[in-house]
Order: sequence, then structure tokens, then C-alpha cells
Amino acid sequence: MRSLAALYVRDLRLAVSSGGGAMIGVIFFLAVIATVPFGIGPDLNLLSRIGPAILWIGALLSTLLTLDRLFQADRDDGTLDLLIMGQTLMPAVVFVKSAALWTASGLPLVLTAPFLGLFLAMEPDAIAAATLTLFVGTPAITFIGAVGAAVAVALPRGGLLVSVLVLPLAIPVLIFGVSATYGAINDPDPFLPPFLILTALTLFFGTLGPVAAGAALRASAD
Amino acid sequence: MSTVATGRPGRFAILANPTRFLELSGKIQPWLYALAALAILTGLTLGFMAPEDYQQGATVRIMFIHVPFAWLCMMIWTVMALSALGTLVWRHPLADVSIKAAAPIGAVFTVLALLTGSIWGRPMWGTWWVWDARLTSVFVLLIMYLGLIALTRALDEPGKAAKPAAILVLVGWVNIPIIKFSVDWWNTLHQPASVMRADGPSMPAEFLTPLLLSAVGFTLLFFALHLTAMRTEILRRRVEALSRLAARKAERGQSEVAA
Repeated sequence: MRSLAALYVRDLRLAVSSGGGAMIGVIFFLAVIATVPFGIGPDLNLLSRIGPAILWIGALLSTLLTLDRLFQADRDDGTLDLLIMGQTLMPAVVFVKSAALWTASGLPLVLTAPFLGLFLAMEPDAIAAATLTLFVGTPAITFIGAVGAAVAVALPRGGLLVSVLVLPLAIPVLIFGVSATYGAINDPDPFLPPFLILTALTLFFGTLGPVAAGAALRASAD
Repeated sequence: MSTVATGRPGRFAILANPTRFLELSGKIQPWLYALAALAILTGLTLGFMAPEDYQQGATVRIMFIHVPFAWLCMMIWTVMALSALGTLVWRHPLADVSIKAAAPIGAVFTVLALLTGSIWGRPMWGTWWVWDARLTSVFVLLIMYLGLIALTRALDEPGKAAKPAAILVLVGWVNIPIIKFSVDWWNTLHQPASVMRADGPSMPAEFLTPLLLSAVGFTLLFFALHLTAMRTEILRRRVEALSRLAARKAERGQSEVAA
């Protein structure tokens, strides 16, 4: 337990330190949101209507961007081999590392989402709903991403492949995240069922992701 | 211990020897192709002789290829998931070859299913493409096939990508039930299942028989193609190993000459 806590603190420190690149995800998020009005025009009604979806897609892409760092740096300096050979169970290690990555790069995305929602002329309700669904849903993307990152860790051009592998698996999260957000704004649509499915997805991938990623990392070591 | 030592190897363990596999598959292969051709030809001929649908007219006949393609693209991923278990659980040496060989075939059948569906959808729904649950999930399956192909081809050394690919296949299998039940879970434009239902197929026999025949035929065709692709992959690995060996020998010969 103590070793896991130490690992969490270590990963968090590395991620927020100057070379960690956790803030790059947030800057990318900002850039994606800023690009959208250039692409579809500064129509505020349209922007406020599609705002939640844009926020979700931006958060998804930004999360993908940070994933290749999850195991790559540890592999390069040999820490990964120590973790694999150590006594701690690999799924637990992956879970803690994913949690640290989410705290360092996913949580800032959730916290910047309300401000970016203002850019997109979203209603206060919509902003609150989008922030809440992002808070619940982005961990799922990180956990799925852990599988992709673990699978691609042995590959020479892994970084790009991670996004290709993870994106299709993350689509259910996007679907239910966006439909829960719209459920909160548009009256006849229900909010709770898609929101609960989103929560279930996070819990499901929180279990499946670390187990699969742990097995992939073990396989990459021998 | 003695029982383990004297126990006969299981059916799949015999196949673990690539030479034995090449021998056996070489014998089975022509029969599979012949059976597949027979079933597909009979199925499609019967399909063309079937009466026109009272609503869809002649376009209903695209069903006899569209449905087998769609069924295959899900089955092939399932075959790969079983092979992935073979890699991870039993460390079967050919399971990795099976995944690598099946992925491009699966991708082709997925593209064919999407294409035929789109050609069928144009006159029936009035559009080439809708973002309906079934279509979207099959499209996602295509992206997963392409990602898997990229992964299995990303490393030169065969077998290195085996375990990562197997894990990806197993994780991606989550999508298969989503595709299968998407038409039941969400109310979509794509029609719900009409062949595999709890209360029996809801289709008259003159449509059902050719459909089943062509489904069986295309399934056999997949297994025949899969065998061929696996044989090719085994031979390719052998050629690689032999040429590496030859290069090493040539190197040694040169150094002897120099000495």
C-alpha cells in the first residue's frame, strides 16, 4: 500500500515537473476549442448548441495526446522493468499510474472545461453538466488508454499507434458522455440513465484496463 | 508426472508443430475451397431464383451477400479472440500466426459488409450512410481491424508483437456484443435480427435457405483463406529465418577466407 502511494506521488511529481508535459494537454485542449469557431464560423447559437460535444471531443483528443508518456519514459530509464520485477501486482501498479496521470492531466482538463464552455457561449446548466460528465468520464479514457500505451510500449513508433488503437474503444465513453450532457439541457431527454452508464463504463474500464495493460507490460518485458 | 510424460498430446498440441500443420492444412485446403465454392454458388443461384420481396423488390437479393459479410466480420474477430486466448493461456505457437493472418481478411469482409450495406441502403433508406448504431459500431470495428493490422506489422521480428496483439484483440472483443445487440438496445434505422432469434427465424424458407447456404459458404471461404494466409505466414517466417542463417554462414565464410 505504501509503495503504491509512493508510486502515485512520484508519477504526479514527474508529470507536473517541467519536462512532464501535463500542461501541454490543457494547452492542446485550449487550441482545439479555439480552432472550432474558425472552422464552423462564429455563430454563437450554433456554438452553444454543439458546445458540449466539442468540449468532449477536445477532452478526448487531449487525453490521447498525453497517453504515450504513461509508460514510455519509465521504459526508457528502466523503471518499468523494476516495477514489473517488483512485488506489487502489475494491475495495481497500472491503476495507480493511470490515476496519477489522470490527476496530472485529466483533472486540469475538467477544471478548464467551464472556462472553455464560456468561449462556446454555453448556458450555465450545460457547462455544469459537461464538467460533471467530463469529471466522471475522462478516467475511463485514461484507463482504456493505459491498455493502448502498454500494448504500444514495445514498438518503435508507438505514440501515433496508441491514438489509433485507443480511439475506437473510447467511442462508447464519448457517446454516453455527450448524451448525458444533452440529457441535462434538453428537457425530454433523460440525464440519469446515460450518466449511470458513463459511470459504469468508468468502473468497467477501471477494472479491465489495468488487468489488460499489466499483462501487456509483462509480455513486453520478457 | 508419468501421466504427463506419457499422455498423448491434445488435438491442438499436434498442430503446434508447423510442419505437421502445413501438411494437414495442405490436405484440407482444396476441400474447403471446393465446399465453399459449392455452397456459395448454390446459395447465390437459389437467391437469384427466389421471388422478389413485396416491399424491397429485386434489391432484397443483396441480402444474400451483405448478411454473410456482416456476420463474418464479427465472427472473424471472435476467431481472433479465441486465438488470442491460445497465445496468452496455452502459448500455442500458431495462435499468433492465426491472428496476424485473420486480421486483413476480417478487414476486407468488414469493408465489403459496409459497402454492400451502403449500396443496399441507398434505394431502401434513401442515403448511402447514416450514423446509426449498427453502422457506427461496424465502422468502429473496421478501425479496430486497421489498428490491429498496424500493430501486427509494426515490428520486423515475428512473435514480438504476438502478446500485445492478443491483448488488444481480447479488449476489442468488447465491441462484438455491442454490434450484435446494437439493433436491440437502440431504436435504429437498421432492422433488428431476423435469423437468429429466440422464437426462430422470421423469414420465409425461400429466402432463408439461400441465405444460410451462402453464409455457410462464405464462412468456409474465410476458413480456407485463413488457412492459406497462415501457411503463407509460416513459410514467410521460415524464409526469413533461413535467409538470416544463410547471411550468418556467408559472414563466417568470408571471415575464414580473410583469415
